[in-house]
Amino acid sequence: MNLFQKIGVPLAAIVVFLILWELLVWANGWPDYVMASPSDLPKAYSKFWNLFLIGSWQTLWRTVAGLMIAVLFGTLLGMIMGFSRIARDALYPLLVGFNAIPKATLVPVLALLFIGQHNFNTVMMAFMISFFPIAVSVGIGLSTLEPEYRDILRSLGASRYTIFTKIALPKTLPEFFGALKVAVTLAFIGTNLVEIVSPHGRGLGALFLSAQTNSNYPLMFAVLIALAVLGIILYYAVVYLERTFAGWAERPAT
Amino acid sequence: MTSNLIEIKGVTHAYKTPHGPLPVLENLDVTVPEGEFCAVVGPSGCGKSTLTRLVAGLMKPDKGEVWLHGELVKGPRKTVGMAFQNPVLLEWRTILQNVILPLEIVAPSMPKKDREARALELLALVGLSGFENKRPSELSGGMRQRASLCRAIVHKPDVLIMDEPFGALDAFTREDLWQTMHDLREKEPFTCVLITHDLRESVFLGDQVIVLSGRPATTQFILDVKYPGERVIDGLYTPECSDMLHTLREQIQIAQGRVPEAAE
Repeated sequence: MNLFQKIGVPLAAIVVFLILWELLVWANGWPDYVMASPSDLPKAYSKFWNLFLIGSWQTLWRTVAGLMIAVLFGTLLGMIMGFSRIARDALYPLLVGFNAIPKATLVPVLALLFIGQHNFNTVMMAFMISFFPIAVSVGIGLSTLEPEYRDILRSLGASRYTIFTKIALPKTLPEFFGALKVAVTLAFIGTNLVEIVSPHGRGLGALFLSAQTNSNYPLMFAVLIALAVLGIILYYAVVYLERTFAGWAERPAT
Repeated sequence: MTSNLIEIKGVTHAYKTPHGPLPVLENLDVTVPEGEFCAVVGPSGCGKSTLTRLVAGLMKPDKGEVWLHGELVKGPRKTVGMAFQNPVLLEWRTILQNVILPLEIVAPSMPKKDREARALELLALVGLSGFENKRPSELSGGMRQRASLCRAIVHKPDVLIMDEPFGALDAFTREDLWQTMHDLREKEPFTCVLITHDLRESVFLGDQVIVLSGRPATTQFILDVKYPGERVIDGLYTPECSDMLHTLREQIQIAQGRVPEAAE
């Protein structure tokens, strides 16, 4: 029953979604260049399966690499902002301003800075677009730590480092994972942005672009679905990590 | 022989605020002999919590000195235990791991088995046997506070400092915990400073009750508690306790800047 609920119900929802999509296209009588239907997709996948495999791998590893840098940088930045009021006051406007810049405008900047470094540019973009929520949530988590939590260890003469590892760090984990879930999706957007916009791109974004150039509309939709699947996989990878490291924050259902 | 464990001599302290200094303690003297239970009562915001932070070495006073065991307090010391109104248990640890926490810092070389044995012994004393592997979120407020008390004394501190530890509990649970606290001290004697707003609590637990004046606080009155008979809750309903409570209430009213009702 439990397993059925966990896997069966979401699976059923996906099937229902596909059926509704098929019906929508069928009822409107749309040709595949307006909107492809799910039944067009298997053809696209079987014909270009090798491109899908290569593209997915390229998109995936660059997203994950960017995300890892974002986690390191974001956590560090969040720690600085969480522990120092001055740093927080100084960095916040800068951060918010940087986050407000549409990242598409940074693609040419990156491309000119590091000409031809396609992998590097893509990873950088995934990183830049996704570190913000991590930095903010870690910062807030640390700065809102109740003083009593610090006092129980400080009154014993514990060092700042001990207080950080024993209390501050584990206490911010739930916020950190919440932010990471947002960051995963953002990092995907960053990767695909570069893949689609920059010439001679790689990954699923480039496959999408070439499908568009060749007017292969079912292939375009097939790429979108592949991206969605990758997104789901990464998201649940984060959920798995969250359960492992911050499972205590989850209350049993009542 | 009783030596003075805590000596607070002429302590004056003010907080810096945007509107200038806010004096909270003025020329405060408190002496607590070893093994005694000192309850501190006073009007809201009179600087009682500041007092706990000074004794714990978390703050330095502007003027005056705090002595613990004949040593001048200059910073945090390992020989202090603290408990607050909020039990501040770490949600990612089990109750047992929470109680062990101070030992990890004070006695890092102590074998895990010994630490756990010590924690389990205390948990049994406060009636939490069988809950050691639960998470704090699975326990009631009173049980969490019991665990918090265990954590505060697990490393056998010289002095336990409590800042309204029972303030957030309902009246019945509170009385249960007074009894627990008392029984705990019978088995493991330690010197205690208790900040409270509850006069009955101060009389039931305290050997002396110090009434602080309104801000800036100084010692206004010291009551030597002569508890009638054994320390059981029933004793609070005797005439002797009634008289003591009455005296304390009068003193609090004076501290609040009011004329005591009895004098009207």
